[in-house]
Amino acid sequence: MKKVIALKDLDCANCAAKMERSISQITGVKSCNINFMLQRMTLELEEDNSAILEQIKAAVKKVEPDCQLKI
Amino acid sequence: MTRNKKSLIRICVALAVVAISLTLKYTLTLNKWVELGLFAAAYLVAGYDVLWKAATNICHGKVFDENFLMTIATIGAFVVGEYADAAAVMILYQTGELFQRYAVGKSRKSIAALMEIRPEEATVVRNGVEVTLHPSEISVGETIVVKAGDKVPLDGIVSEGDCNLDTSAITGESLPRHVTTGESITSGCINLDGVIYVTTTGTYDDSTVAKILDLVENATSEKAPAENFITKFSRYYTPIVVALALLVGILPPLVTSNYAEWACWSMWLKRAMMFLFVSCPCALVISVPLGFFGGIAAASKRGILVKGSNYLELLAKVNTVAFDKTGTLTKGNFAVTNVFPENKKQQVLQLAAIAEQYSNHPIAVSIMKEAKATQKAQTYEIAGKGLRAQTEDGEILCGNAQLMQDNGIDCPVAEGGTVVYVAENGNFVGYIVIADEIKSDAAQAIKQLRQEHCKTVMLTGDNAATAARVASTLGIDEYHSDLLPQDKVSRLKELKVNKNTVAFVGDGINDAPVLATADVGVAMGAMGSDAAIETADIVLMQDNPTAISTAKRISRRTMNIVNENIVVSIFIKVAVLVLTLVGVLDQLAFGLGMIVAILADVGVCVLAIVNSMRAMYLRKRKTDK
Repeated sequence: MKKVIALKDLDCANCAAKMERSISQITGVKSCNINFMLQRMTLELEEDNSAILEQIKAAVKKVEPDCQLKI
Repeated sequence: MTRNKKSLIRICVALAVVAISLTLKYTLTLNKWVELGLFAAAYLVAGYDVLWKAATNICHGKVFDENFLMTIATIGAFVVGEYADAAAVMILYQTGELFQRYAVGKSRKSIAALMEIRPEEATVVRNGVEVTLHPSEISVGETIVVKAGDKVPLDGIVSEGDCNLDTSAITGESLPRHVTTGESITSGCINLDGVIYVTTTGTYDDSTVAKILDLVENATSEKAPAENFITKFSRYYTPIVVALALLVGILPPLVTSNYAEWACWSMWLKRAMMFLFVSCPCALVISVPLGFFGGIAAASKRGILVKGSNYLELLAKVNTVAFDKTGTLTKGNFAVTNVFPENKKQQVLQLAAIAEQYSNHPIAVSIMKEAKATQKAQTYEIAGKGLRAQTEDGEILCGNAQLMQDNGIDCPVAEGGTVVYVAENGNFVGYIVIADEIKSDAAQAIKQLRQEHCKTVMLTGDNAATAARVASTLGIDEYHSDLLPQDKVSRLKELKVNKNTVAFVGDGINDAPVLATADVGVAMGAMGSDAAIETADIVLMQDNPTAISTAKRISRRTMNIVNENIVVSIFIKVAVLVLTLVGVLDQLAFGLGMIVAILADVGVCVLAIVNSMRAMYLRKRKTDK
């Protein structure tokens, strides 16, 4: 399934690339694409469960602590 | 308060503290500890978040990010007693970050403005009452009201009223289109006058606007080779520069004879720090996708939908453009293009109109557009040849050369389309040439493509005579006629040899295989045609061929900007690395050297962002008027 998440205060393009890489490696995530200009993340998930979402949140926070997810 | 405002205030306060401290330092003789305290205060005001981020990142096992570098560098400055420098460097770093955020925010806003075609609300008539809702809450078959100045929220058919629509947001076409009852309209257009009632034909998710936005917004996920290069480059660049920094910091002092001297260590440490500063690939990572995004947005504003950055890069490389004829270069309708002899034009058309007045054949229809039948006639169809009409004045024959021959009438041979010969009472009067009309801007499109150094080719299923006429009128370099769809594919493959990059432009209806074979498949006039949007790489929302040359120009410009960014960013970074290594920057005070390094990082980034934004705006061609 496809999921689109808005990212607030995504400041650094390199960080977006880093997030993309680390989120893609989470099991259950088929693909992750972050559009830096639109501040939006498009996820392709195997299933929508909160555990994966929590992992994704953590991955985002780790790279850019100020960045907030709007689900 | 916005983040940017907060940072600005912090920077100003810190600057003020530094200024006061400096004044005090040179007017009174300050105690060393007081001086340290003052500068440390300014430093903390400016950069406490940097220190905090550096600390948390280290806890996460992440070292060597900008925050960490800033922390190390400035604390290093405090240790060696350069208090003012430490504070100044932190302030400058924060200023750079502020600039960068500001530039990114600005460009985000202008891109959003460029794509502002999304309808916010729709007025629907339910039980005789007008209700305003979000377009997604309206289902198929409901009646919506679109008033003057409103955006059409959903695709549908006009059920009542008429108005002029500004379709420019969708098609890029600046002339308003008049619509009336029974005509279908697409979402995203703006009603300029009058009130129309529209029966919806699809939900919001299926609407043209939603599809276009989806396409444009996801276009950047199809990465272009230039982007992939940068992603790869930055992946190796950072670790390599960091490793070099370590080497620079440790190795030279060890191998030189004066390893026991602190000055030597501090010099090389400073150089290592500079290395770390330029190790961030942000300028590259941000500016390349931003340039592509700008180009894609600029194209979509002109009714050109590019499905991925990679197609924009490919289009820039295209050196051969192949066209389908019917519906692409020509209008796909029949029209009278020539009447012989010129001085008897009215008479010839009149006679033909009398003979053809009861026929529905496309040829008859096009003749009836030019002249009206002035008298009634008894008409007989002669299958495959034409018509014979009996009037009060005698007999009219109207048909092909065979018909004339059969009746023993001499006639000149004519070329260039379908020819209708007209004879009255056994005497040849003249002929009418009926052909597919060439689009008014087709010749201009071919000319513009030539200016872009593209070879033009026409592939058509039509006969050689018609193809030759169209090709010579438009100045097309090469044409192939009498082609079946599979022949078009093989011709296209032939065009692709010798590493030519070939674009194919078709109407997207029956040339899907050709679109797929071409390096870049361009579907034209796709308003409402899902099949074309699916197969093509680039979709033109309007029917005019000049959109192709415009797309080509946008792609070339975008690639220029992207390449400029890549070259300039890498050049500046490498230049700073080399200058540091050979010691040129050592001449500068510690703070100044840092400033150079920060400029090489943040300055290049801002420069690249500003340059990328140029991709969004396309100057008018000098010849366009």
